[in-house]
Amino acid sequence: MRYAPHTEEDVRRALDAIGAASVGELFADVPAELLDPELDLPEPMDEVALMDHLQALAARDDARSPSFLGGGVRRHFLPAVTRHLAMQSEFVTAYTPYQPEVSQGVLQATFEYQTIMSELTGLPVSNASMYDGASAVAEAALLAMRATRRDRIVVSRGVHPESREVLETYLHALDAEIVVVDLDDLATPVPGDLDGAAALIVQNPNHLGRLETMDALADAAHAAGALFVSVVDPLSLAILRTPGEVGADIAVGEGQPLGVPLQYGGPHFGFMVVTEALVRQLPGRLVGETRDVDGRRGFVLTLQAREQHIRRGKAKSNICSNHQLAALMATVNVAALGPHGLREMAEGTVRNAHALADRLEGEGYEVVRSGPFFAEFPMRVSRDPRALRRDLQRAGVRAGLPLPPEYGLGDAVLITATELTRPADVDALLAALRAVGERPEEVAHG
Amino acid sequence: MDIPDTLRYARSHEWVSQPEDGVVTVGISAFAQDQLGDVVFVELPAVGDEVAAGDAVAVVESVKTASDIYAPLTGTITAVNDALENAPERINEAPYEDGWLFRLQVDDPAAREGLLDADAYRAVCEEEA
Repeated sequence: MRYAPHTEEDVRRALDAIGAASVGELFADVPAELLDPELDLPEPMDEVALMDHLQALAARDDARSPSFLGGGVRRHFLPAVTRHLAMQSEFVTAYTPYQPEVSQGVLQATFEYQTIMSELTGLPVSNASMYDGASAVAEAALLAMRATRRDRIVVSRGVHPESREVLETYLHALDAEIVVVDLDDLATPVPGDLDGAAALIVQNPNHLGRLETMDALADAAHAAGALFVSVVDPLSLAILRTPGEVGADIAVGEGQPLGVPLQYGGPHFGFMVVTEALVRQLPGRLVGETRDVDGRRGFVLTLQAREQHIRRGKAKSNICSNHQLAALMATVNVAALGPHGLREMAEGTVRNAHALADRLEGEGYEVVRSGPFFAEFPMRVSRDPRALRRDLQRAGVRAGLPLPPEYGLGDAVLITATELTRPADVDALLAALRAVGERPEEVAHG
Repeated sequence: MDIPDTLRYARSHEWVSQPEDGVVTVGISAFAQDQLGDVVFVELPAVGDEVAAGDAVAVVESVKTASDIYAPLTGTITAVNDALENAPERINEAPYEDGWLFRLQVDDPAAREGLLDADAYRAVCEEEA
């Protein structure tokens, strides 16, 4: 792609129009030490020295150590074909193309992605994907506010704390109210006060791993004239009822479990799928199937009048790209695994998570239980959970995502298993817990 | 170009019918629908919305672009043309009849006299054509 930068003349005219003397003046509000900080960088290296340095760094990677960390991002099986196909050079771009129709292959892959997400969620219209699960939750709230013309968002505390933080950031400058519903015995009760709500947002499984009674919550939202936003783990949909089946208007979530490596926390992708009634309010790009002048099947970006390049300031969202390559990887992965493979992964995850909870309980640890769970569960511990996680990592096991005090569980961590969790990994976890001095009898009950 | 003498017009190309019990009907002119091209979607206000003259209250989306429709007068929305949801092409086919957008109970019926008459609006169209 060719970029034509602004000429000096362009810049001068733009500055004149807004009454600024220089480009630097536009950044006058930013403290100078932040604007142009002194970077503490090592001396440049030649290629040989750099390769040695990078290899030494790579050798420190302990990505193969047993992992029980979750909270939305987990290690799952990735068949070799997924990485191989997704890394074809024709596909390797972070973006939906800006001249989309010349890139029929990318558009077709995106169309397949949308079809997969629609089938998984049981809702008809998926966009081309979003940045991540958290911003997808925030965009769902904005969509609900547009569609209902209301400005009150009711969100379960079971929604990932980071998603709620992003939601607050997105809504910060709007005249909107966010109401958080406390959990009752790890699950979201039907909120008493849904009057005037644009949306009720509930995550399933919630941040504590617990499954929610989504249909009752959806009914309550609809009775109050609110939309029901279902924040889902896409892999769980291989075995759970879909958002479409429980009556959700919008399904959003973090796509990583469908086939994106952990990648030190990102990039992954978010997804958003909506009912037909909401299609004009959908943020982001949307690929449609059509016929060319000769009647051949082809793909185009469709309903673009929602988007920034046409609607400018009145666009439905300021999102104008996505994490295309991550979404494409998941598309290839789901196609490779098929419905049967996905179901096996989801069932293996449930089986291993339950076996792990039983094993930890059998050893005397305090697993917090209240009902059905999918891949993870809370466990009470005897010390600051952040310190425990650091200690466990030094002992060779990644485990113990700290649960914030808002859940009222005291010192507690989230423990996660997937279909890849082996008995030897569980042995390693128990050994590491003992090695760092985390013993069941020391857990303070509360 | 069909610009009926019985209607009044806004510079932003909305037409306003003669009031009946203080209620006017609003749509977009034949000139506007021609400039937009095939209309594929219409976003209408809600009945009961209180609008001020100049507020963006609806959106008409064509294959080329999406355009805001402005309230030509201040008042309250009393009806919207729901039929456009499934048949937005009525705006192209009959902008002054089946293609109407919404009805407005105007606060000050005399304010309609401040809008353009057919001759003045014809001049605006010639300027922009």
